[in-house]
Amino acid sequence: MNRLLILRFFVFVTVVLGVNYIAWRWLFSLNWHAWWIAVPLVVAETYSLIDVSLFGLAMWRARPRELPKTVPLGTTVDVFITTYDEPIDLVMITARHARDIRYPHSTWLLDDGARPELAAAAADLGVGYIKRGADWVDRPLHAKAGNLNNALMSTNGELLLILDADQVPQPEILDKTLGYFDDERVALVQTPQLFGNVPIGDPLGSQAPLFYGPIQQGKDGWNAAFFCGSNAILRREALMQLGITGYVTEVERAVDTALRGAHRVIKRALRSVPKSNEMMHTALADVGQAVDAAKASIDSGESLSGVTYTLQRRVAEVSQAMVAVDVQLLAQDLRAIEEMDAGGADSDFIMNIDATMEVLGSRDLSPLGAVESVQTLLRSIDVDRSREAQPLMPLATISVTEDMATSMRLHGLGWKSVYHHELLAVGLAPEDLGTMLKQRLRWAQGTMQVLIRENPLVQRGMTLAQRLMYFSTMWSYLSGFATIVYFAAPIVFLCFGILPVNTSAWQFFLHFLPFMIANQVLFAFAGRGVSTWRGQQYSLALFPVWIEATVSAAANVFFGRPLSFIVTSKVRGAYRPQWSLITPQIIVSVALTIATVIGITRLVLGVGEPIGTAVNLAWVTLDLVVLSVLVPAVRYRGFDYKQEE
Amino acid sequence: MDFTVQELGKGIAVVRGAGRLNMVSAGQLRELVAAAVAGGSARIVVDLAAVDFIDSSGLGALVNGLKIARQAGGDLRISAPTDQVKLVLQLTNMERVLASYPTVESAYAND
Repeated sequence: MNRLLILRFFVFVTVVLGVNYIAWRWLFSLNWHAWWIAVPLVVAETYSLIDVSLFGLAMWRARPRELPKTVPLGTTVDVFITTYDEPIDLVMITARHARDIRYPHSTWLLDDGARPELAAAAADLGVGYIKRGADWVDRPLHAKAGNLNNALMSTNGELLLILDADQVPQPEILDKTLGYFDDERVALVQTPQLFGNVPIGDPLGSQAPLFYGPIQQGKDGWNAAFFCGSNAILRREALMQLGITGYVTEVERAVDTALRGAHRVIKRALRSVPKSNEMMHTALADVGQAVDAAKASIDSGESLSGVTYTLQRRVAEVSQAMVAVDVQLLAQDLRAIEEMDAGGADSDFIMNIDATMEVLGSRDLSPLGAVESVQTLLRSIDVDRSREAQPLMPLATISVTEDMATSMRLHGLGWKSVYHHELLAVGLAPEDLGTMLKQRLRWAQGTMQVLIRENPLVQRGMTLAQRLMYFSTMWSYLSGFATIVYFAAPIVFLCFGILPVNTSAWQFFLHFLPFMIANQVLFAFAGRGVSTWRGQQYSLALFPVWIEATVSAAANVFFGRPLSFIVTSKVRGAYRPQWSLITPQIIVSVALTIATVIGITRLVLGVGEPIGTAVNLAWVTLDLVVLSVLVPAVRYRGFDYKQEE
Repeated sequence: MDFTVQELGKGIAVVRGAGRLNMVSAGQLRELVAAAVAGGSARIVVDLAAVDFIDSSGLGALVNGLKIARQAGGDLRISAPTDQVKLVLQLTNMERVLASYPTVESAYAND
C-alpha cells in the first residue's frame, strides 16, 4: 500500500512538472523565427508528455493482485497450441508439456501448416490435431485469429488456454489461474511472457519486464489488462458472445448496404436497358419492388433471415423470367443464323432451349451486363456471411494483432480481465535482429490497425480509463515521428546555431531538469529495480520500424494495400551481420557525429554559443548512446545454450 | 441433451431438443442440421419448446445451421422459444437475424 502511495506521488509530481514545462515551452519560450524546427520540437515534447501521463495513469493503480484461493473442480479446459511453420521437434516439446499440465484438460495442436508429420506426432503423443477444413479454401484465412476461430468450432471446453508453439507451459499453469473464473464475468486471465533463450544483457530487447509487470498490473487496476496472444486463459462463452454479436452487426450492416446499393443499381440498369425491351423493364421493376419491400420489412422489425429469404425467392423467380426473355431473343438470333447457314454447329443448342434456360438461370450468363450486376448484388444480400469461412469469428480479424483487438471488444461487452503476475510458461525469443524487427513491425502494424479501425476512444461499452489504457499503448507506437524531431533539433543547432527554444539557459534548466529528473525517477521506481533502460533504448532506436508500421497500417486500412514486411536472409550458419537492416539509424548516427564535429568547430572558432552547444552536445551523446544498442544487436549470433547453462 | 429429427415432407425437417443447448450439445445440433440438409431437407425448424437454456455456443450452432441451410437454398427457423431463450436472443440482438415462430407448423406456413 505504501509503495503504491509513493508511486502515485511520483506520478503526480512528474505530470505537474511536465505540464509546467510544456506550458512554458508553448507560451513563453517558443522561437517563432525558427518555427520550422521549433514547432515540431514542442509538438514532439507534448507528445512525450501525453505518453508519460498515460503511463502515469496506469501506474496509479499498479499493484499485485490478490491470488485466488480455490481451484474450481470439473471445469472443462481445452489447451490450444497454435503453429504454422515452427520445427516439429519444438512444437512437440510444447505439446508434451501441455499434455502434462496437471489440471484435467484436452490438448490440441492447431496446425495452420497442415503438416501430416505433425498430425502423426500428435497422434503418437495422444493429443488432438486440428487443421483448417474445406470451408477455408479461397476465403480469407485471418492468420492466427482464423486458426483459433476454426478450432473453437470443433471443441467444447468451457475455458481455453492459448499457447504459442514455442511457449512451454508449467504443470501448475491452470491450477494457478482457474480460480479467477469463479467470477462469472471474468473472460480473460493473461500471464507473463518471458523468454528462456535470452542472454544476460538482452541484446535484442526481447524481455519486456515493464510491460509484463507494472504496466499490465496498472492496466489490470483499471480492468483493462490486455490479451497478449499466448499464455492466456479465455472463457469460451465470452468469445462466442463476441462471435454472435459480431455476426449480427456484420449481417445487419451487409444487408443494409446491399439493399441501398441494389436500389441504385436497379435504377441505373433500368436506364441502360432499351425502352423497347418491355419484358426486361418489367422484370427489373419487379426486382426493384422486391428490394423496396425488403427494406420496408426490415424497418418494421422483421427478422433479417426472413426478409432476405423472401427476397432471394422473389429474385430467383424474376431472374428466371429475365433469362427466359434473353433466351427467346437469343433463339431468334440463332434461328436467323441457322436459316442463313443450315445445319450449323449451334443447332443442337436450339433444341435444348428449356435446358439452357435452367443453366442460364442458375449461372451468371445473363447476356445483359446490367441485369447481371443486379443479380450479383442481390445474391450477396444474405445472412450466411458467405465471404467468410464460417459465420462466427469470435477472435477479431480486423488486425494482425488479433489479441489486443479481441480483448478490447471483450471489455466493450462488459467482461472483466485479469493479469496474473507469475511466470507459468517460458518461451523462445527471436535470435537475430531481422526476425526481431519483423516481429516488432507486426506488433506495431497490428496495433495501428486497431487504432484506425476501432479507435478505443470512441468505442462504446468501455469506461474512460479502459479506453485510455488501450489508447496509451497505441499512442506509444507513434513515437517514431517524435524521435526524428529529437534527432533533428540538436543537428540543426550544432550546424547552424539555430535554437528552437528562445530563453536563457537558467530558465531552460529551471523548467526542464525537474521534469526530466522526476520522469526518470518515476520509471526507475515503477520498474522495481528491473532495468527498463534496454526498453527505453529500443523504443527510440527502432523509430524507423514505428514509422513504417504507422504508414503501412494506414495505407492498409484506407487504401487496402498489403502490410509491408521486412525481408531477412534465410541462410543460417553462413552468418553475416545485416547492417542494411538499420540503414536509417546508421545515417542518423553519421549525421549526429558530423553535427558534433561542426558544433565543436563552431565553438572553437567563437561562432557557437557555449551553453547551447554544451546542452546539444550532451543531447547528441545521449542519442548516440541510445542508438548504440543496435551494434551488439546486429552482431548478435544467437543464444549459446551451452555457455548459458 | 438429446435431439430428435422429424421429416415433415416438402423438404422440411424439424429438429427438437430438450434441456440445455450449450457448448456441450452445440456440436451435436450442428451435425444433425448438416445431415438433414445433406439428406434433402433444406428447410429446417429448430423447435426450442423444451430447451430451457441456451448459451452463445448454442446460438452459434443455430447460425451455423442457418448458413448450411441457406447455401442449400433452404432456411433455418426457430419455433416456440422459452423465456430464457427469448431473453438471450434479445440480449445478443440475434432476434434481428433469426426468424422465430410460435409453433413448428407456423414456421413454413406461408412458403
